[in-house]
Order: sequence, then structure tokens, then C-alpha cells
Amino acid sequence: MTTISYREAVREGIRAALAQDDRVFIMGEDIGEYGGCYAVTMGLLEEFGPERVRDTPLSESAFVGAGIGAALGGMLPIVEIMTVNFSLLALDQIVNTAAALQHMSGGQFNVPLVIRMTTGAGRQLAAQHSHSFDGWYAHIPGIRVVAPATVTDARWMMPTALADPDPVLIFEHGGLYNASGDLEDIGPVDLDHAAVRREGGDVTLITYGGTLPTAMSAADTLAADGIEAEVIDLRTLRPLDDATFVDSVRRTHRAVVVDEGWRSGSISAEVSARIMEQAFYELDAPVGRVAGKEVPTPYARHMEQAAIPGVDDVVAGVRAAMRGE
Amino acid sequence: MNERELLRQMLRVRRFEERCVELYTQTKVRGFLHVYIGEEAVATGVMAALNDDDSVVATYREHGHALLRGMSARSVMAEMYGKLTGCSRGRGGSMHLFDKDLNFYGGNAIVGGGLPTAVGLALADKMQKRDRVTVCFFGEGAMAEGEFHESMNLAELWQLPVLFVCENNLYAMGTALRRSESETNLPMKAASYEMPAWSVDGMDVLAVADSARRAVDAVRGGGGPHFLEARTYRFRAHSMFDPERYRDKAEVEQWRERDPIDLLLAKLEVPDDELAALEEEIRVEVEDAVDFAENSPDEDVADLMTFVYSPSSTVAGRLS
Repeated sequence: MTTISYREAVREGIRAALAQDDRVFIMGEDIGEYGGCYAVTMGLLEEFGPERVRDTPLSESAFVGAGIGAALGGMLPIVEIMTVNFSLLALDQIVNTAAALQHMSGGQFNVPLVIRMTTGAGRQLAAQHSHSFDGWYAHIPGIRVVAPATVTDARWMMPTALADPDPVLIFEHGGLYNASGDLEDIGPVDLDHAAVRREGGDVTLITYGGTLPTAMSAADTLAADGIEAEVIDLRTLRPLDDATFVDSVRRTHRAVVVDEGWRSGSISAEVSARIMEQAFYELDAPVGRVAGKEVPTPYARHMEQAAIPGVDDVVAGVRAAMRGE
Repeated sequence: MNERELLRQMLRVRRFEERCVELYTQTKVRGFLHVYIGEEAVATGVMAALNDDDSVVATYREHGHALLRGMSARSVMAEMYGKLTGCSRGRGGSMHLFDKDLNFYGGNAIVGGGLPTAVGLALADKMQKRDRVTVCFFGEGAMAEGEFHESMNLAELWQLPVLFVCENNLYAMGTALRRSESETNLPMKAASYEMPAWSVDGMDVLAVADSARRAVDAVRGGGGPHFLEARTYRFRAHSMFDPERYRDKAEVEQWRERDPIDLLLAKLEVPDDELAALEEEIRVEVEDAVDFAENSPDEDVADLMTFVYSPSSTVAGRLS
């Protein structure tokens, strides 16, 4: 086991794919000569050349759509959208074509496309660079939505995503790139199951991606007070692995969902609804939610921090659940 | 393709769609129905320039393109009926005709949405060193969309083997070209991306075929993307829900005098008995397609969730 950064882990996943399969190529804005806005693709141009590491113009719709077309034409494209905020410019291609094409063509055309993007707030980038639309994309049938939270998932989700016959969206939280962790040499991981990141019998904390470290810190704080939280990393937002979190709730009888996205219509709402549908009579308290405040993310640090879930918010959410509130 | 065959194909598309309109009024065909009547020379001429393994991306006004590319009238008609035997199992309808075996990529009902796909298909061909051309059809309305400009730029920048064919019928639904474009010289827009671009009389199938042949040969020869504007006219309403308040009847009549089928007939001097035989052959094909669609089964509702994901995907079957 080696310790590497999340950024290096993502890069290694891409690098290995490019090395192993000629059909794989990557394209996006400033991924080549610049080395990637978040330096994820640094060095890949030099190693694989401009045919397979393609700098694109600022044309999200065209290069995401070109990824769809290239996938239909037999390639295995990885499209990097610099951030989730800019993916809104490619929504037509993602929703109306990538996600819908197979069903509306009666099963004729599947789209083996991987789209990666940075997501999330917390870096004082203000309202247009801080969105958390991961759960929003999870609303759409026809695509798979994953959010690696650990370096091992950052490294090993990529080969599974590329082997998937259908579009896979990978959300990498910007706050994780510099985080280091132990890279397990376990090979491709499944994209179907949530993971229990910490075991505990008193309450289930359900989260994913950038808020996993927040939830883990909160669990440490709570443990000092004798409250053992089980922390579940959803890993995949579509399809949701209900079984893992519902099983946990059946044991702990309490659940708090932590989600950086805006509360209304969020993935936390979906998880909460599924717990209600499947484990209503097991609950000793209403399902709690610690979600992003419903406001365009402000720049000032103290204001931004007030808008997104922090450790104290999670601890408070769990204490409320323990009181049956 | 010889001139008689061009005539046959245009007539086939015309009669097929005239029947579709009847079936629509009989409520056999539902949803939106956009017919190509008046514009047949464009796709007929362009398709004649393609090889079998070339790729085609079209719009929601694509019954003609599908038939001309080799899809059977049965497959297209059954799709309009929403039947299991339709090319898309009845899931797509009039606007979403697809045929994988023919590299026919539909069937995109978002104006401008097909252009990026075409760019990507051409990129795949170039990267895999295949000798194919991708032809992308769209209306002049698409040229106001960002996806048009993004796609033109990317195709030219990467020198991709794609032919962009603008079917300029002068109206984006009900909005006249002059009311929606600050610059109505359409090839000039393409040329601003350094792309070879020119216009052709879209009512003259021989001119279209000639232009398309030159463009396709140039693209296949490594000349990068090309742009062709075909100046044409839609004789019928935009869809079946269009009172046509935006154009004069006199204008429509004026264009009808340049009906592409009549123009070719005038040139070819086809004997009456030969034309009658051709009409009869087409009538039989269309009626056979209608009978086939009428007698085809519906898709089983139990299969509603299939092909949201690939059958081999681990997601398949997990969602309700």
C-alpha cells in the first residue's frame, strides 16, 4: 500500500487506461499543454501525445457531444469538463442524447462514455464555481453517477467506468484533490455498492464524495462522547445502493444524511425518502438532513462555510437524532 | 446513381409522407409529425453521394433521410405507429428513427443537437483511420444555436471528415430566416471557420447530387469538413399543429412551381406509362408498410424499463 494524493490517484487511473487500450482518449479544456485546471492530467500529453490527450476549445456542448459520437464510433472517450458548473453548458448532450439514446433507439445505440468533472464548494470560488449538482444528475435515467471519496476509489473507479457500456459521470470534489490516503492495490472496484467507512451502532451517517471527511470527523467527535456513528459512503448516486444504508438503519434506528447540495430535491431527499419507504417502522427518530443552505454560494470564507455542511453541523444533526428530534 | 433512380427515390419519400399525413388525420400516427414534402431533392441528392459505411445524422424531419439511407418503409411506418416492429421498437416515433446497421444515427429532435454527435463520429473515424464520411443534416434554424458554432469550430480545428448539410427552408418553425439571423448568407458563416462552403439549388436534385459528390469526395480525400447550404422550401406546415400564419399562400404557391419532382420529371421526359408503373410500385410499397404496421404487435409493457441501460450493465433491472 502506498500513500498518494487524490489528484495522483485520478491521474493514475487515466494514465493506466490510456496505456492499456488504444480506444481510450481524453479530451477537455486545458488538459494537455496546461496540465489540467486542477493538474490532474499533468504529464499525460507528453506521455501519450496530442491525438489521445486533446485540448478542446471552450465548447462544452460540442466536446461532450463529440465524446458521444466518438463512443458511438467505437472509441472509449474520457471527457473532462473543467467543473460541474460548466457542465450546464453541455446539459443538452448529456440529458437529451447520452442518457436517452439507447432507450429511444430501441436498444440499438449504447454510449460508452466517461465524463469527469470537479464539483463542490469550500474554496471561496463564489456562486458560479461552487455548485454541487451531483445529486441533480442522479435524477436522470440512462446514466450512472459516481463520486469517489477515497484515493482507492479515485484510482480504481476509472477502469470500471470505462468498461461500463453506458455513460458514467464521475464527480471529483475539488476539496479532495490535495488529500492523501492509502492506495489499495485492489484492481477495478464495483460501481454498484455503497461502502461502510466506519462501523457503529448508534446512528447511521450517510454521505458521499467531498463530505465524507466531514462525516468521518464528526463521527470521531461523537465517539468521544460515546455515540458510535456508522458512516456510509454512497459512492454511486445512481443507481443508489439502498440495501446498504437501509440495512444499517435497521441496526442503528437513526439516520442523518450529509449532502453539500441544496436541500430541496437533493440526493439527501431521495435517501431520506427511501429510508422512509423501506424502514419506516425501524426509525426511532425522523431522518435528519445536513445539507447545503439554499443560497448561491458566497465568496467570503465565513459566509461560505455557513452555507455548506461542516463538522459542527453534522454533530448537531446527530445529537438531534439521538434526542429523537 | 442514375437520374431515374433519383426520381424514384424522391417519389417514394413524397408518397410515403403523403400517406403519413392521411394516417395522422386518422389518428393512426400520433405525436409530432414533420414532413419533408418539397425538400426531397436535398437528402436524395446527398445520399446518392455516400458509401454504404458512411454515417448519417439527421433531425426530427427525417422520414425521407431514413428511407433514402436504406431503411425499409415497413420499419419506418411501424415506428410511426409505435409498434414493436418499428426501427426503435415504437419508442422513438416519427422524430427518432435509427438504424445501427446502416450507421443511421437519427433522429435528433433538439435543434442543433445532432451536430456534436456528427463531429464525434467523424473524430472516431479519423482516429481509427477509417475512410468514412459523416454527413450531418440540419435546418437553417440550427445555425442560430451555439451547438452549430461550437461544432463548426471543432470540426475545422481538428480537420474532421464531416459534411454539414444545411437544409435552408427559410423558416425555423415559424420564424423567417431574416427575422432570426443578423447575417443571412449562410455559407459565409461556415466560411468564417475557414471551412469550404457553398450554396446549391435545393429544388434541383441533379445540382444537389453534383454538389454533394464534390463535397463528399473532398471530405473523404482529407480536405477537412465542408458545408453545403441547400436552398429549399417546405410545402406543408412545420408540423401538424401549424396554422401557417407566418407566411403568405402566394409564397408557398410560388415555391410549389419549383417542386423538385416536377423539375426532374420535366428534364427526364418520362413516358406516362413508365411513370404510372413507378407510382404503382411505390403505392404497393407504402400500402405494404401500412399493412405491416397495422398488423404488428405493440411492445409488451413489461419491457418498459429495458434499454434504459445496456442489458449487460449491472444497473439493468435495478431501477423501477
